[in-house]
Amino acid sequence: MFYRMAGVYHTRYDRARALWPVPADRWQIIVVFALALAAPFYLSDLYLGSYALPWLIWSAATLSLTLLMGLAGQLHFGFAAVMAIGAYTSIHLARLGIPFELALLGAGIAAALIGALFGAAALRVKGLYLVMATLAMQYLVDWVINNVPAISGGAQATLRTPPASFLLVSLESLEVRYYLALVWAVLLAVFFMNIKRTSFGRALVAIRDKDFAAAVIGIDPFRYKLLAFFTSSFVGGVSGALLAFCYYRAVTPEQFGFNVSIQLVAMVLVGGLGSVIGGFLGAGFVLLVPIILTNLVSGLAASGFLTVSSNLLAHLPLMIYGALIIGFLIFEPLGLAKIYDNIRKYFLVWPFRHSRS
Amino acid sequence: MSYFVELVINGALTGLMYSLVAIGFVLIYKSAGVPNLAQGAVVMTAAYVVWLLASLGLPIIVAIVLGTVLMFGFGLLTERLLLRRMVGQPVIMIVMLTLGLEILLRGIGPGLLGAAPKSLDLGIGLGPVIIGDVFINRAYLVGGVVALALIGAALMFFQTRLGIKLRAVSDDHVSSWAVGISVERAVGISWGIAGISSVAAGVLWGSVQGVDWTLSTLLFPAVAVAILGGIDSIWGVLIGGLLVGILGSVIPGYLDAVVGGGTRDVVTSLIILLTIMIRPYGIFGREDIERI
Repeated sequence: MFYRMAGVYHTRYDRARALWPVPADRWQIIVVFALALAAPFYLSDLYLGSYALPWLIWSAATLSLTLLMGLAGQLHFGFAAVMAIGAYTSIHLARLGIPFELALLGAGIAAALIGALFGAAALRVKGLYLVMATLAMQYLVDWVINNVPAISGGAQATLRTPPASFLLVSLESLEVRYYLALVWAVLLAVFFMNIKRTSFGRALVAIRDKDFAAAVIGIDPFRYKLLAFFTSSFVGGVSGALLAFCYYRAVTPEQFGFNVSIQLVAMVLVGGLGSVIGGFLGAGFVLLVPIILTNLVSGLAASGFLTVSSNLLAHLPLMIYGALIIGFLIFEPLGLAKIYDNIRKYFLVWPFRHSRS
Repeated sequence: MSYFVELVINGALTGLMYSLVAIGFVLIYKSAGVPNLAQGAVVMTAAYVVWLLASLGLPIIVAIVLGTVLMFGFGLLTERLLLRRMVGQPVIMIVMLTLGLEILLRGIGPGLLGAAPKSLDLGIGLGPVIIGDVFINRAYLVGGVVALALIGAALMFFQTRLGIKLRAVSDDHVSSWAVGISVERAVGISWGIAGISSVAAGVLWGSVQGVDWTLSTLLFPAVAVAILGGIDSIWGVLIGGLLVGILGSVIPGYLDAVVGGGTRDVVTSLIILLTIMIRPYGIFGREDIERI
């Protein structure tokens, strides 16, 4: 019962190559998935709408970015701009009366096409210069969105999302929006887990490890770098559209500013580069821990244990968030995914000491 | 015509003040190979420190000198406590660490001292200097002169014994160790010097636009300056600063009225982007040759 590797003998290759070769992991996934499915029944609307829902959508966005940064090794500090393109495209398409399903697709395609332009920089430079180039593009996209009234709806304007329905179910109720986000996050997670097992995924990993060497063994870096940017921007654009329709329900340019790009990179790194579980954990951690800690401190202050000025309280999330990034990079550069993996391996063979996989 | 001349002169002076921020970035990159994206926030911290000392009743000169000492220590500590642990990590980790520091400082400064802009009076005066029919911002003029002096000092510093050590370290860490240079100390000192330069930048920019978190956004033009000039060149900081300043003043001067503002950031972004696409190592930078 405790020794969870008990009885796990793979006699066929396809069993050993399964997504979860150990039954204990499979059970864990099923339990987590069931909990996620049942969330609207045991979570209050407040928690569902302002914690669980954004967590899922940000996890999807983190997975999109980790496809690019973790798998293909291309640094991207302008991913919020890609999401903004998706969000604005979907809203404008939906306002023109195009069904929401097609608007989502359009959002993905628009984001992918413009996102591939970001990739054009990656064909020439890498490392620090790629960071700077994508950062500059983030500013350019922000400026275009801000200063073209046809996109943003005028200076400092907020565009409300029109009423939409997905597969004939109206998005008005919170539960429907939660399930839509859940479906998208699960879809992306499955896609991500499987892409590592395709030739495309292996080509991306080869490029990440050394692009010249990849070229020598016949992988065209030009093509695969662009494809990596294209794919990741596509799913990023759809995530941006879902963020607009399911969570914010209105968009302003500030929702997709430079800070959001940094936040996404922080989610990827805190979670662990290139890991699926890391995408979910990282997004949740970066999103929720500053809020929870700030609530804790303000709770303590309200009950008189601490004296904290309102100004300090307003800046507390920023400090916690910065300290989190620094702490993770210094103490666990491989992120939450590595911590999870250590714990899992420990309990996989508990009460024995050494793990096999 | 005089409008154009005014834009060019004020732009050049602003550009020199950008160089003040950029010089710290370049120093650290040159010696340690670390792109310090927290430089804007360090400048902000320096401005807060000087403001705090001045508001304790110290004369502004004493506050600046004391602030310089404190920021030198701050630079040393940052290197010792944070960046030294990251040696050998991929560049994304280092970039993200400096960004984390940026966010942390942006929280601590305004969080502890209040978010409202604070005025830092250097006794420069507000009236513009008028030469012929050209109006020159007096604060920018002082800033430009100080920037020129500091860049000159930096160039001379690299001729001294310590400066030559730093140059050797920037060339190659292992060979520097082999000839008996303490690389750790050299890198630490360059962080300290970057801290000192951030005091100059923070005080001057703080007196121009007030001390608050917006000082940390100076990072963006400073990065443009560093990239355009060549990320490891002191001369590049000077020329890059002038170019970024002039372009960032002349183009918005004519275009802002047409497209509705905010062109300065666009010009800065385009400078970064075009430099990287055409000549990634900048005007004076050293071209990296990569081995397989």
